Amino acid sequence: MAAATAGGLRQPSVLPGFGLTLGITLTYLSLIVLVPLAALVASAAGLGWDGFWKSVLQPRVLAAFQISLATALVAALVNAVFGLVVAWVLVRYDFPGKKLVDAIVDLPFALPTAVAGIALTGLYAPNGWVGGMLASLGIKVAFTPIGITIALIFIGLPFVVRMVEPVLQDFEAEQEEAAGMLGAGRLATFVRVILPAILPALLTGFAMAFARALGEYGSVIFIAGNLPMVSEIVPLLIVIRLEQYDYGGAAAVATMMLGVSFALLLVINLLQQWVRSRHGS
Amino acid sequence: MALDAFFGPAAAPARPVRSEPRLVRGVLIGTALAFLAIFLVLPLAVVFAQAFAGGVQAWLDSLVEPDALAAIRLTLMAAAIAVPLNLVFGVAAAWCIARFEFRGKSLLTTLIDLPFSVSPVIAGLIYVLLFGLNGWLGPWLRDHDIQIVFALPGIVLATIFVTFPFVARELIPLMQEQGAEEEEAAIMLGASGWQTFRRVTLPKIRWGLLYGVLLCNARAMGEFGAVSVVSGHIRGETNTMPLHVEILYNEYNMVAAFAVASLLALLALVTLVVKSLLEWRYAGELAASRRH
Repeated sequence: MAAATAGGLRQPSVLPGFGLTLGITLTYLSLIVLVPLAALVASAAGLGWDGFWKSVLQPRVLAAFQISLATALVAALVNAVFGLVVAWVLVRYDFPGKKLVDAIVDLPFALPTAVAGIALTGLYAPNGWVGGMLASLGIKVAFTPIGITIALIFIGLPFVVRMVEPVLQDFEAEQEEAAGMLGAGRLATFVRVILPAILPALLTGFAMAFARALGEYGSVIFIAGNLPMVSEIVPLLIVIRLEQYDYGGAAAVATMMLGVSFALLLVINLLQQWVRSRHGS
Repeated sequence: MALDAFFGPAAAPARPVRSEPRLVRGVLIGTALAFLAIFLVLPLAVVFAQAFAGGVQAWLDSLVEPDALAAIRLTLMAAAIAVPLNLVFGVAAAWCIARFEFRGKSLLTTLIDLPFSVSPVIAGLIYVLLFGLNGWLGPWLRDHDIQIVFALPGIVLATIFVTFPFVARELIPLMQEQGAEEEEAAIMLGASGWQTFRRVTLPKIRWGLLYGVLLCNARAMGEFGAVSVVSGHIRGETNTMPLHVEILYNEYNMVAAFAVASLLALLALVTLVVKSLLEWRYAGELAASRRH
């Protein structure tokens, strides 16, 4: 079935509509996504090789990349740890209100980022509910990279939970029982038997949360304070260059960022193949 | 709190060897709930607390004020154009990808998901570079008196881009799982292609379709980054609801900012409720990854 007929572009089928639907798909995809993205790369290329690197290697741009990468990484790590705990609790234990808890995990996908941004800022500002408490301990969250990280934890939260949940659900009880019978403690069973089985899904969720965090804009700009070299993220720098009518400069930074995103997309696709090869669905 | 009521008989282990001591269970459940409370419930509570900080009347006043109404209208209009277009595209893409075997299919599937890996800011930027005054088509558009960027068409384009994959990625796995046998039978028995789609395929995918449209709409109405880049921020004209929230917030008009934000938060909550209902009631008619 899977092998294509010799020389043919597609396998024969009695169903109609292939040409029409493929035509709509390719036209729409090209107009909305591919041509505009090509225009972006062409605009960056318009700067020439030297101009491009001169634009991208400025200290302010490099600092923004450093801040974006570091905060996204820390946020994805926090989400990997706590997302695993949440997925574990939702799959393995019963407690009142479990369905509600399960439903609310998707809140970051549904809540507009600007709303999340002002809510988190209100919460963590020095006069906010949590910010006030932390301020008395001498910890400043809003308008620092810690604030950025908190916003990124929020928007990346569902990825690890939703990737790990189904794999944990399908995990065969026999392996775990065998480990237990053979004398392994629960912790040893978890580390040696369960963790290796869910690792591909965990890494995929981690990479997805990281990728999403890297490009995030709306929830971050309110809480970040946006100080150049300190708490300015890459997407904001693109907007600033655009507002200064530096189209080439904006395109250069955006192209650089697109390169990082596509590399991550490739990693995620490879990880997902690994998940599928392990769990055969 | 009575711990027994909390971790009572429901948590009794089915197999002793597969469960943890009660203390470990309690700590894990407590950690998970605390994490979700701090990062999800608390921000949501702040939105509503701040929105009603000045009373119900102040909340209502912030929503019926002309600029707020204009923003609500623009958001509804942008979503009303973007969502149906993505719906038609999603159905077309799912039909050709899930019902036919052809070369380059996996590449096409990857390309459809591409907008999810692009930063929203870049999604806005690409249209400014194409249609902006100094963009590739800028001079031609100006000569013909067509405005795309800083106007409704640009806002719609940016919204379409960020919500591009939602319907397609919901329908493709669902239709692949369902298989083509029923459609093939209908065609062999003499139904036309359109009849087959309407009478056979559509009833099978309607809940998946609704699920995709629901998520697509939530993102379309809530999008901030991409729309912010192409909007131009003209009060009462090119401000969508999320952009209006930003303007009010930057003017330190907290009650009004959180009032409009609370409306968006309400939309998010309704979306979550309908989504959960679909997952519980029609699990068998959604793609496998959505079943709980």
